[in-house]
Amino acid sequence: MPISPAARREAARLKAAFEAAGALPVEADTLLPADTLLDLYGEDIRGRAYVTQDPLLGEMMLRPDFTVPVVQMHMAHGAEPARYCYSGEVFRRQDRDEGRAREYLQTGYEVFARENPAESDAEVFAMFSQLLVPLKLRAVIGDIGLLLAAVNGLSTSETRKAALRRHVWRPKRFRALLDRFSGAAPVAPARVKLLEKLATGSAADLMADAGTFIGQRSPAEVEARAVALLEDAGTRHIPTREADLLDDLLRVEGAAPEALKRLEDIGTELSSIRPAIALMEARLEALSEHGINVDRLGFEASHGRTTMEYYDGFVFSFMADQEGLPPVANGGRYDALTRVLGQGREIPAVGGIIRPGLLAQLKEARV
Amino acid sequence: MSLRIGVPSKGRLMEKTFEWFGARGVTMARSGDDREYSGHVSGIGGVHLVLLSAGEIPRELSAGRIHLGVTGTDLIREKLGGWETRVAEVAPLGFGFADLIIAVPNAWIDVDTLDDLDAVAAQFRAAHGHRLRIATKYHRLVREFLQSAGVAEYRLVDSQGATEGTIRNMTAEAVADITSSGDTLRANHLKILSDGLVLKSQAELFAARRANWDAITLARLSELCAKLGVEAPAL
Repeated sequence: MPISPAARREAARLKAAFEAAGALPVEADTLLPADTLLDLYGEDIRGRAYVTQDPLLGEMMLRPDFTVPVVQMHMAHGAEPARYCYSGEVFRRQDRDEGRAREYLQTGYEVFARENPAESDAEVFAMFSQLLVPLKLRAVIGDIGLLLAAVNGLSTSETRKAALRRHVWRPKRFRALLDRFSGAAPVAPARVKLLEKLATGSAADLMADAGTFIGQRSPAEVEARAVALLEDAGTRHIPTREADLLDDLLRVEGAAPEALKRLEDIGTELSSIRPAIALMEARLEALSEHGINVDRLGFEASHGRTTMEYYDGFVFSFMADQEGLPPVANGGRYDALTRVLGQGREIPAVGGIIRPGLLAQLKEARV
Repeated sequence: MSLRIGVPSKGRLMEKTFEWFGARGVTMARSGDDREYSGHVSGIGGVHLVLLSAGEIPRELSAGRIHLGVTGTDLIREKLGGWETRVAEVAPLGFGFADLIIAVPNAWIDVDTLDDLDAVAAQFRAAHGHRLRIATKYHRLVREFLQSAGVAEYRLVDSQGATEGTIRNMTAEAVADITSSGDTLRANHLKILSDGLVLKSQAELFAARRANWDAITLARLSELCAKLGVEAPAL
């Protein structure tokens, strides 16, 4: 279905509002080099984006979002601090559902600023909230930074923390790792056997027994991991109490002030999350100053864990009260993304997008 | 209007399909010259045989240009998004067994599970500056399988044949391919991950949900299914 005139009008209105707030309007290519996107999102992006082949430039993708090109543009020649806005089509491959849009508008606002992250978070959220106010949407906020801080505070090896941090965005594997590291799940039988063999023999001998060595992963890498596995087997379990606290943290859900109290309770024992709690408190204050009624704002600790893997701090969504609809707007903080795309440089960044098409559709349904 | 049934046009799949139908009183044969891709059905009236490459049968079923078709479970699920909405399973045929599996070098003594593969992918990327490559022609199935298992930092590379050789040739670190006996894997110094079974596949008879089903073709379908001793699918 073509993009409706009403959707285009909404997009223009939103973009004008972002510009009025001081954002610099920017454009992005529709065809983006696939390599950068694949590098960031991994193979999963191929299931969600249209891939095509250019005879000279190689694999290209139809723009699945604006964040990556906007960050790249800022990292290449942006002033600081900077505010950008954009509006245009994004393209999402749908493998299962014929009814879902493949092509729709996104209008977005991004803030790159080093000072006062709580204030930037609040600025973006409040701006979105104001623009969406007539629709009575349900807003939810979360903070991936709390989860990362909790992982960093666990009494365990750096290797295990890194494994957990890597999978914060894949709840199923995160759970499996946590269960294994805390002794709640048994060690796989094949691993037990391997550890026994490694305890009495060498990795090199085992490899020799396995026959011809092939491939780019070298024998030295296999040996290094064998050593790491032995080391890991000697690592003490994450104390049950800490694993339970992490579970409690993941389950925190409710109005922001109550959620904050629960987090503070958890923080009395899991001290590593205290700075993230302080940041959340500052963010709620900043939100209040921007006129947001935080008493009625929903907080979910696990919010944003299953979206694209780059939000690493504040996250938010605005949802319509209707089954099966995607969020009308969503966004968050992505400091690490700028590090990856900045080739050595980095800058804290927060932003989000609104779907003007959905907005127009909801407005129409209302009258 | 006759009921159009798509069948693999050559090789063992064709022979086995002919045998399976023949044993149930529906005789299929290629007509005339061995090189001519046309055939006929006897033992039942109004059924038209369409000889096609096995790989094209999913597409023809999906478009509804044939009413029924014989092809592998793997091809249907790989090639058709939302396959359940496009085709109905009529009967497994009990041949063409093959497992889609994930295999790694036998010498990776530290790897037995997807969990290991994921950890190695992180290690490999840090050491080599690019993602661990998995060679396959089953992109959708493998990607969905690895995604649901939470494996990260790999990259699928396309391999349309001799996939087991890609690791030795340094164009991939692991493979996801069809195996029946495992002999080719062993000969190429590969082992299957203990939880690396992506899909069990065999030849199946499918019905196209979007074919032009009218009173006549539906009647022929139930007659054919009765003869074959299988339940007619709800379309």
